[in-house]
Amino acid sequence: MAQRQVIVGSRVGLHARPAALFVKAAAAQSMPITVRKGEGPAVDARSMLRVLALGARNGDLIVLEAEGEGAVEALEAVAAVAAEDHDDPA
Amino acid sequence: MSLASPASITGIGVSPGRAAGPVALMGPRPRLPAEYAEVRDPDAEVRAAIAALTQTAEELEVRAAASAIPAAAEVLEATAMIARDPSLEEAVRSAIAKGEPAAWAVDRAIDAFRAMLLDLGGYMAERVGDLDDVRDRTVARLLGVPMPGIPERDSPYILVADDLAPADTVTLTTERVLALVTIRGGPTSHTAILARSLGLPAVVACPAAAVLTEGELVAVDGTTGVIVSGISTQDAVSTNRAEQARRAARAASRGPGRTADGHPVALLLNIGDATGAAKVAAVDAEGVGLFRTEFLYLDRSEAPSVEEQVALYEGVLDAMAGRKIVVRTLDAGADKPLPFLTQEGEPNPALGVRGLRTARRDPNVLTDQLTALARAQQATRAVVWVMAPMVATAAEAKWFTDLAHAHGLPIAGVMVEIPAAALRAADLLEHTDFLSIGTNDLAQYTLATDRMAGELADLLDPWQPALLELIGITARAGAAAGKSVGVCGEAAASPTLAPVLVGLGVTSLSMSATAVADVRDALAAVSLAECREMAANALAGGRSILG
Repeated sequence: MAQRQVIVGSRVGLHARPAALFVKAAAAQSMPITVRKGEGPAVDARSMLRVLALGARNGDLIVLEAEGEGAVEALEAVAAVAAEDHDDPA
Repeated sequence: MSLASPASITGIGVSPGRAAGPVALMGPRPRLPAEYAEVRDPDAEVRAAIAALTQTAEELEVRAAASAIPAAAEVLEATAMIARDPSLEEAVRSAIAKGEPAAWAVDRAIDAFRAMLLDLGGYMAERVGDLDDVRDRTVARLLGVPMPGIPERDSPYILVADDLAPADTVTLTTERVLALVTIRGGPTSHTAILARSLGLPAVVACPAAAVLTEGELVAVDGTTGVIVSGISTQDAVSTNRAEQARRAARAASRGPGRTADGHPVALLLNIGDATGAAKVAAVDAEGVGLFRTEFLYLDRSEAPSVEEQVALYEGVLDAMAGRKIVVRTLDAGADKPLPFLTQEGEPNPALGVRGLRTARRDPNVLTDQLTALARAQQATRAVVWVMAPMVATAAEAKWFTDLAHAHGLPIAGVMVEIPAAALRAADLLEHTDFLSIGTNDLAQYTLATDRMAGELADLLDPWQPALLELIGITARAGAAAGKSVGVCGEAAASPTLAPVLVGLGVTSLSMSATAVADVRDALAAVSLAECREMAANALAGGRSILG
């Protein structure tokens, strides 16, 4: 089991466009990925509704998990999307 | 439908003009029947549910790709992702496994996620609207009922609806819709106000419109309220040509408002955003008599920041180019609830904490707005008048006027929408700089009739002598104090009523852009003495000496 922790970089949290980009990134990977906020339950990272329902705000710590070959790289790709602030005007 | 013989039905014409075209029916939000048949083939239900969700997603994706506005496209894409959500599919499968048919299972599954997002509050809760959209479209598809919302068609149509909600009006444009017909609603309903602001012919309170069918050709007259069905394509073409010629003639009308003998009556516009502000020059109006600021606050869970407001106000004030603009502070409550300011569950919201009254609970939203307005005024050097809605007493008028002055807004007035304010207009004017009469709410409160009550439309008739009497009392108090008293309700847009209001002593009339030319012509045709005679006659219960 590979694990990757990441701080949510989006200023609006995992909401609207950042959530959509995050879910798309998760769905693009070859294995299922779960995400949880802090000690909360792990949910399917490909589910827009579950990801929204995490209520992850800017600065929250989220934990991504996956299993299998290439899991570390997959988590890295998804974590990068979560760490970015997509609404940064600069 | 029958092409054999034209037939006509009648409602209340609320927005002038004529248009002809095919009917498009607006589906209400689909409701699930109370009972359903036992599920025999759960696999088939699962297939149907997934197919319907996929179609909903595809439809949203097509709309996203076609949208010219990036922000709108992103919302539509995110909504499509909800329809394709694997967790949603799982929840639907499990509901079907428990014996529910596809439509009920989709409804139940979405309801659970809906509650989850609502619990989170803040901007997560704002996504509930998208979830509802997925639910409505998918359930409508599964039940085989018309799609809810403003219909999507290849060519422009006559929109026939039960009634329109403010949310429906966002996607309604003159490119898609030729005219509006609603079964319910009254002369002051959202439909009527929207139609007038867009210049769309409209007929409301027309129960007979329920017989109109999808695609049938009809001609709508928004002045007389008559809808003719069973017309030929040729009839439709000639109706639309004649309307184009009428509009072209209207667009040529120019100049300040005057009676035949030169008594000035300022013609102003009611606007809600910067687009409306741009129309002031187009119709040669003398300014804005009512700038509704609600648009800044709608669909938000928190109040906009001062900085954000300043930027938006500057955009509107810039378009004034030296003309005056009357800005109404936020009018929340009653039919315009806001999560951060108004309370749910008031037994009588129209009589509750709305308009200026919300400042009793939380003055910050109001003081932020005044601060932003003062800054925008300074930056643009525009002539800004500010006024508060829902004022009942001289004490409230004084409180607001002093507050506005202290924020650097030198001209501050209040609206007269409550009979108490009209009766004591002279007292109010001792403490405030001007009055503006909102005839829609004043009629509602004087005749004790809900603005949305279509079947009581006769009681909301602005010709009601009691309403005119209160307008007269207010205008006389203004004349005695040497202060301006305008009318910014829908009554000001009526070419037949405008001379009566002038005869009662009203100094300005504020209306939608499409009404200016007709009102300007109507005033130019009568002298002030004739206006006063018409007012006396109307107070005595006569409808119009011209009529």
